[in-house]
Parts: sequence; structure tokens; C-alpha cells
Amino acid sequence: MSSATAAPAKKQEKNETMSVLRSVANNARQYGIVGALLVIVLVFEILTRGVLLKPNSFVSLIQQNAYVIILAIGMVMVIIATHIDLSVGSLVAFIGGVCALLMERAGVNWGLAIVISLLVGLVIGCWQGFWVAYVGIPGFITTLAGMLMFRGLATVIVGESVPITSNEFRGIARNYLPNILGFWGPFDGLTIVLGLLCIAALVFTQLRKRARIIKVGLVPEPMALTIIKLVIFSIAIIFVTYLLASSGNDTQGGTPIMLVIVAVLVLVYNFILTRTVFGRHVYAVGGNRKAAILSGINTKRVDFMLFVHMGFLSAVAAVCMLSRLASATAQAGMEFEMDAIAACFIGGTAVTGGIGTIPGAVVGAFVMGVINQGLSIMGVDTAIVKTIKGLVLLGAVAFDILSKRKKS
Amino acid sequence: MSQHTHEDARDVILTMDHIVKRFGPVTALSGVDLTVERGEIHAICGENGAGKSTLMNVLSGVYPYGSYEGTITFDGKVCKYKNINDSEADGIVVIHQELALSPFLSIAENLFIGNERSSHGVIDWDKTRAEAKKLLDRVGLPEDPDTKIMDIGVGKQQLVEIAKALSKNVKLLILDEPTAALNDEDSAHLLDLVRQLRDEHGVTSIIITHKLNEVAAIADNVTIIRDGATVGEMFITPETPLDQDELIRKMVGRELTNLYPHHPSNTPGEEFFRVENWTVHHPLDPNRVIVDHANIAVRSGEIVGLAGLMGAGRTEMAMSIFGKTYGSHISGDIYVKGKKVELPTVQDAIDAGLAYATEDRKVYGLNLLQNVRENASLASLKKMSKKGVMDDNIERKEAEKYRTEFNIKCRDIDVQVSTLSGGNQQKVVLAKWVISDPDILILDEPTRGIDVGAKYEIYEIIDQLADAGKAVIVISSELPELIGICDRIYTVSQGVVTDNVPRQGFTQEYLMRGMTKERQVAL
Repeated sequence: MSSATAAPAKKQEKNETMSVLRSVANNARQYGIVGALLVIVLVFEILTRGVLLKPNSFVSLIQQNAYVIILAIGMVMVIIATHIDLSVGSLVAFIGGVCALLMERAGVNWGLAIVISLLVGLVIGCWQGFWVAYVGIPGFITTLAGMLMFRGLATVIVGESVPITSNEFRGIARNYLPNILGFWGPFDGLTIVLGLLCIAALVFTQLRKRARIIKVGLVPEPMALTIIKLVIFSIAIIFVTYLLASSGNDTQGGTPIMLVIVAVLVLVYNFILTRTVFGRHVYAVGGNRKAAILSGINTKRVDFMLFVHMGFLSAVAAVCMLSRLASATAQAGMEFEMDAIAACFIGGTAVTGGIGTIPGAVVGAFVMGVINQGLSIMGVDTAIVKTIKGLVLLGAVAFDILSKRKKS
Repeated sequence: MSQHTHEDARDVILTMDHIVKRFGPVTALSGVDLTVERGEIHAICGENGAGKSTLMNVLSGVYPYGSYEGTITFDGKVCKYKNINDSEADGIVVIHQELALSPFLSIAENLFIGNERSSHGVIDWDKTRAEAKKLLDRVGLPEDPDTKIMDIGVGKQQLVEIAKALSKNVKLLILDEPTAALNDEDSAHLLDLVRQLRDEHGVTSIIITHKLNEVAAIADNVTIIRDGATVGEMFITPETPLDQDELIRKMVGRELTNLYPHHPSNTPGEEFFRVENWTVHHPLDPNRVIVDHANIAVRSGEIVGLAGLMGAGRTEMAMSIFGKTYGSHISGDIYVKGKKVELPTVQDAIDAGLAYATEDRKVYGLNLLQNVRENASLASLKKMSKKGVMDDNIERKEAEKYRTEFNIKCRDIDVQVSTLSGGNQQKVVLAKWVISDPDILILDEPTRGIDVGAKYEIYEIIDQLADAGKAVIVISSELPELIGICDRIYTVSQGVVTDNVPRQGFTQEYLMRGMTKERQVAL
């Protein structure tokens, strides 16, 4: 009797382990890129003799790469839907110029200037979306035209350069969240509270998701996998919290404002892409446009909306970049489109569309950012940095294609 | 013509002796014999999937010597072709249904593609043009050789293909459904040309066609293939014209077995769907009528078949109804539950209660990059969301429900559909449309390319849908299938609905007659 009950229990246990392994194998590409990021971080941590992960260089890593992440969020959606946007770099220069002129020449308050800049981004998005979706000009051509036009217009309106005088505006890219909870030892209190809240939110949402799946009578992923995931993510959050809480200088420190902006955008857009009808439409259009049309999806509207989102995110990147450089120039945002596209492809977005995730693109952006930061700490020439970034991009996509070929 | 007297010893140019071709466990050809006389026009007839195209691929070396059994003798020599170049060197040229011309190059460039008129690697344009002009004269195409292929119609493109074959000193010309994409006038011209090539140049032709009137008009001899084997040969002379009934009998004469679930007809309920005077023109060539004043009606609980040969316009009819996804100059009226509706977009059609499960599930039906759940919900996202935000649990529940109900064999609903077998993929397509909760389902080739077991399951699903009071329209190229599952069948031939046959009138011969009825050219 006892052996009869023990056997199925053992079998079930085995099944559980199997399904954990299978789930890992299914998402091998995603785990692979995260693993690659960890290896790269480790390598540079050693090569830079521990400078890379010093609190302040970690903060500047985020502040320097925020624009890539912001643009990659939109770019990954555009690429999933089989388009591309080459104009984002020029948009950063043009919208940055508009924003600077509003503040410095028209005397507009910095907050209003930001709002107007975002609206300009939306309007430009509508313009490009119109040509792609309703006239049928390929995105590559439309945005190549946009790349030339808006770089030209940026030069026309900005001239030499427009320096920013507003300290509040300049603070966006360099300041931290106010230190309202004071310092707890060497650590910023607010940052620690935020870190703990993140972990709590993570555990809560994961467990609630499980509960709801069980409630409707479906089988959730194995509990073991959920726990493993939660532990790994919690450790990562604790480590980042530690770095941030101990960052800064004598007057301020903790959580940089840029991180908050980027985090909010990543969360919101990840929600849009994974949980909304629009997100489903994006994947459907990218995976099989004909099938999407025959399933009743208004593919033209999807195309249009994607470029509107991209225009908006370009405007956000423009504001962040302007704040960081404290001066508008016609050369701002040069080659940003290439950084964003590279981040998407390193992060596992399929060249032919239909596949890709925002977390993947964010990790891709970090891979590029860490290589950039690590090499510049080591004092490597920027020309060489560029060469290495090119090789990394080629290697990541080659790995992707070869591993797919092996699978089939 | 005196060369068609069969009392004489036959001057044979080609014999294919007991050809057997297998693809893994599937036998595509199980013993085809073909004998073609020099200087004749030889028609090959058979149902869709009988093995006609496979046979031509064996002959032309697409399937190389050694990958099939049996012997081919051409011009007194045993053929051991390794590829198409070998067979072309012997003068065997195949013109496929999908033309192999490059649209952006000129006629002259296309004629000599891969066979350029050049000296030391430099193209001799004068020679190219002069020879092109000569070839075009031979096929009766008065076009400038510098005209781009994209600027001439399909009919003329077909002539360019023949001119290209002539440039290769063709002895045996094989035409696979040459008139399927042509209008009546172009078809007549093409057939005249084939006849002229025979009479003036002694070119032997094999013509594969579904249009029996063409066979009667042009062929000297017909070989009938069924289920991968030759079932008969029929000679045609002016004294003994083609007996089309006999030909049809030979094409379909297969025994029906119990491959279909027993399903007594429901008492038909309210009329759910009616189409009146539905006329559709070709999207690129508005002069070609694809669907011609079609009238069909389906009642609740009914399973109605649309039977027609390839190119009859069945899919085009369905797609033009379903949100105008095919065609141009569409006219006619659609009534859903007695109410006249306009369906300019797919969403309108879905909202009106229609569903259309497409013919080619990989090209039009599924997103192969996504999983079972995401594919199953694609036509119903509106219902599964609140203010644009998906309710994942409703989605999971629905997908899970139909995974169980339709017996979709996959580990769970998060498996990519590309890993499923054809039958299970088809069930996902059906689940997608059943989840959208339609009143009228149009199922286009619902069992194409799937195994017998899965077919049976799909028939059961179709029966269940009818029992649940849906109006079901099934489009299929397999007559036995329609006879096995339908309550009523419309026959379609060349865009015209030729007959409306109730269950007691189902015989393959009778239906095939409706499917091959000649179109009355209305002016």
C-alpha cells in the first residue's frame, strides 16, 4: 500500500523538476542574454578593478544610458511589427531644440516647455505614422526622410547652440529624488524604502497571478519556479538598492530621477505590450500580417499608433538628453537610432519581426551601456569602443540565428 | 490531320513506365503509366491531389533519377535526369502554373535568362533583341522585346513563357494549368498557339487542365490519373469526340468508405445567410470576372458545401464576402438573418456574426510565432478585454476549453503553434473562430494536408457546430468529403454557381458535371 502511494508522489516530484527545466529551456534566449550581461558586468568589474560597480559609476551608467532604454522601448515595438525607425536621433535634436527655444527665447516655464515638447513628439509621430500606415510608404523610407528632415530643421532652429539656464530643468538628468527620509547610516532612507516596496510588489503580483490562475481552474507554473524567480529578482533588487542608497555626494544621493522616469516608462510600456489588446495586435501584425487582417485587426491603425508612441518616446528622450547636456545643439542625438536598434537586436528581437520583449531590449541596452562605460573607465579610445560595440551586435544576432538553425 | 490515325504503329516520343514516388511514408504516385505520341497534344486529367504535378516533376528532373521507381524513355533513350537542366537539354520544358518570369526585366531579357546571348561575358543586345523578336513572332505576340514583363497581362506573359521554351529547342512542352489564370479570349489564343506549334513545328505537348471543354477542344489523347495511378486512356478524333461523362466517371470512380461520422441532417431552421447576385472582379485585372452573379443561402443547422475545381472562384467568393479581403468591383447583396448588411471590413463581418477559417492556415490562418492561446483568442480580443486591457484568465479559460473539447494535442496552451501537427493547427484555427461566437462559419479546405484521424475529428466538430444551430459552409476540393459531410452542395464552375444539389442527389458524377460546366460567355 505504502509503495503504491509513494510511487506517484515521486513521479509528481519528477514531473515538477521536469517542468521547471522545460520552462528554463523554453526561455533559453532570454536567460541567455541576462547571463551574457552578468558575464560582461563581471569581466569589466575585474578589468576596471571594481570601479564599474562603485555606487556613483552605477548611477552614471543609468543616467548615461537612459536615452537608449527610452528609445529602445518604442523601437522594440516598431521592430516587432516589422517596421524600423531611423529618425529618432534627429527627433531628439529637433525636439530638444524646440524645448530649449521655448525656455530660453520664448520664456516659457520649464514644466510647460516639457509638455509642449511631448506634444510636438506626438504630432511628429502622427506625421510619420500617416505616411507609413495610410499611404503605404515603408517605415524605412519614411523615417529615413524624417531623419534628414528633422536633422535639417534642428540645425535651422538651433543654429550654433542654445544653453539652458533653468536649474530645475537641468536637475532632471543629474539630481536625485529628495532625501526626505534622511540618511540611515551611510544609506539614503527613501531608496531603501523604495527597494523594499519593489520586492513586496513583486512578491504580491506573482502570488496573486498564481492564485488567479488556480482560481479559474488552470494549472500554474510550478511553485518551485516561482520561488526561484522571486529569490533571484529580490537579490538583484537588494543589490541595486544597496548601490543606489550609498551613491551620491555630500549634499544629495540615492535614487536618480532618471531611473524613476525610465522605470515608469518600462513598466507602463511592458504592460501595454503584454497585457493590452493593442499589444496583442502588435505581435499579431508582426507575426503574420495577412492572418491579422483576416482576424479583423485594423493593421493600419496599429502601424499608425506605433509611430505615435515612437514620437512620444523620442520627445521624452529629447527632454532627458537636453537636461543632461544643458544645451541644445543640432548634433544632439547623433546615431541614437543605431544604439536603440542595436539594443533591440541584442535583446533578442527578431530581425523579421513578430518576436521581442521590452525587458529584452532593456537588457540589450544595458549590455551596450556596460561595454561603453567599462571601456571608457579603462580609458579605451571611443573609436575602439564603437568597433567593439559593432562586433557585439554582430555576435549576438549571429548567436541567435545559429541557435535557431540548430533547433530546427 | 493524318498523323492522328491510331491504327498505324504508334510513333512514341515519351513513355513513363510504372512510376512510383514516395515522400517518406506517403505514396504520391503508386504506378503511373503514360505514353505520349510524337506530335500530339496529350491531356492529363485527374482530381486535385491525384498526382499530376508530382508526375511532371518526376519527368522534368525536379525529383532526380533514383528518387522514384519505374523508367522514363524519351526519344528512344532512358532518362536519368538529375535536375531541370538535364531535361531541358533534351528538349523537355515545363511551364508552371505560377509563371517564372522576372517582372522588372524586359521580355527579351526574360527570354534568354540563364541562356544569355553574349560574347566573352558581355551581352550582345542587338542579337538578343533580334532573336527575341523572331521568337515573339512565332508565338504571335506583337510586343516590343524591350517591354517590361510587369507591363503586359498574364495572357501575354504565358506566351512569353512559351517563346522562352521555343528558344530552348523544345521537343516536349508541358503546360500545367495554362489557362487557370486567363480570361476566355486569352485562353482561346493560347490553345490556338499550342495547336499551331503541333501542326507547324511538330512540337509535342502535354497539357494538365481541369477544364474539360478545353480537353475536348484541343487534345488528341487523354490520360486519366486517380489517387496516384493511371486509370485509363481515351483517344479523341473528329469522328469520336470526347465523352465527358465517361471522363468524369474515370476521374472520380473511387469507392466511398466510412471515413465520415454518421450525422443525420438537422431540420433546417431560420435562414441565417444569403448572398444575392454576388459578382467579384480580379483585383489587378478588372476585366476578369472571378465570381459571376452567385446566389447562395444557408439556414441554421445546415452544412452546405461549395464544390468546385481549383480556380473555380470559391475561396475568392468567400474572401470577398468576408470584409472584402479579395477582389475589386464587388457587387451584390448580403443578408444575415434576413437583414441586409454591408461588410466593408473584416471587423464588420465578425460583428455581423461571420467567421472565415482560411484555406492556407500557415499563410492566412495562424501566427506561427505565437502560442495556442494567443492564436485562439486573436479574433475575439474585444470580448476578452476591458477598456483595452486583456483579461488573461478569460482568455486562458476559453483556450483551455477548446483545447479539451477539440482534443488539440499539445502539452498546454502556451505551446507555439508551429510545433503542432497540421491537424492540430487546423483545430486551433477552428477554435479561434468558434471562440468568436459566430452564427455563420465558412470553412475553407478545413482538412487539407492533415491525416485521416484528424480529419474525422474535424468532421465531428463541424457536425457539432451544425447541431448547435450554426450555419456552416464548407469549401473543399475533395468531392467525397463534401458528399460525406454536407446536407446540400452548391457546385461552382469558373465563377458561376451552376447547381444546388440536395443530399439525395449526391453522386460524384452528377456533381462533377456541375463543377465542369462550361461558362456561358455573357456579353
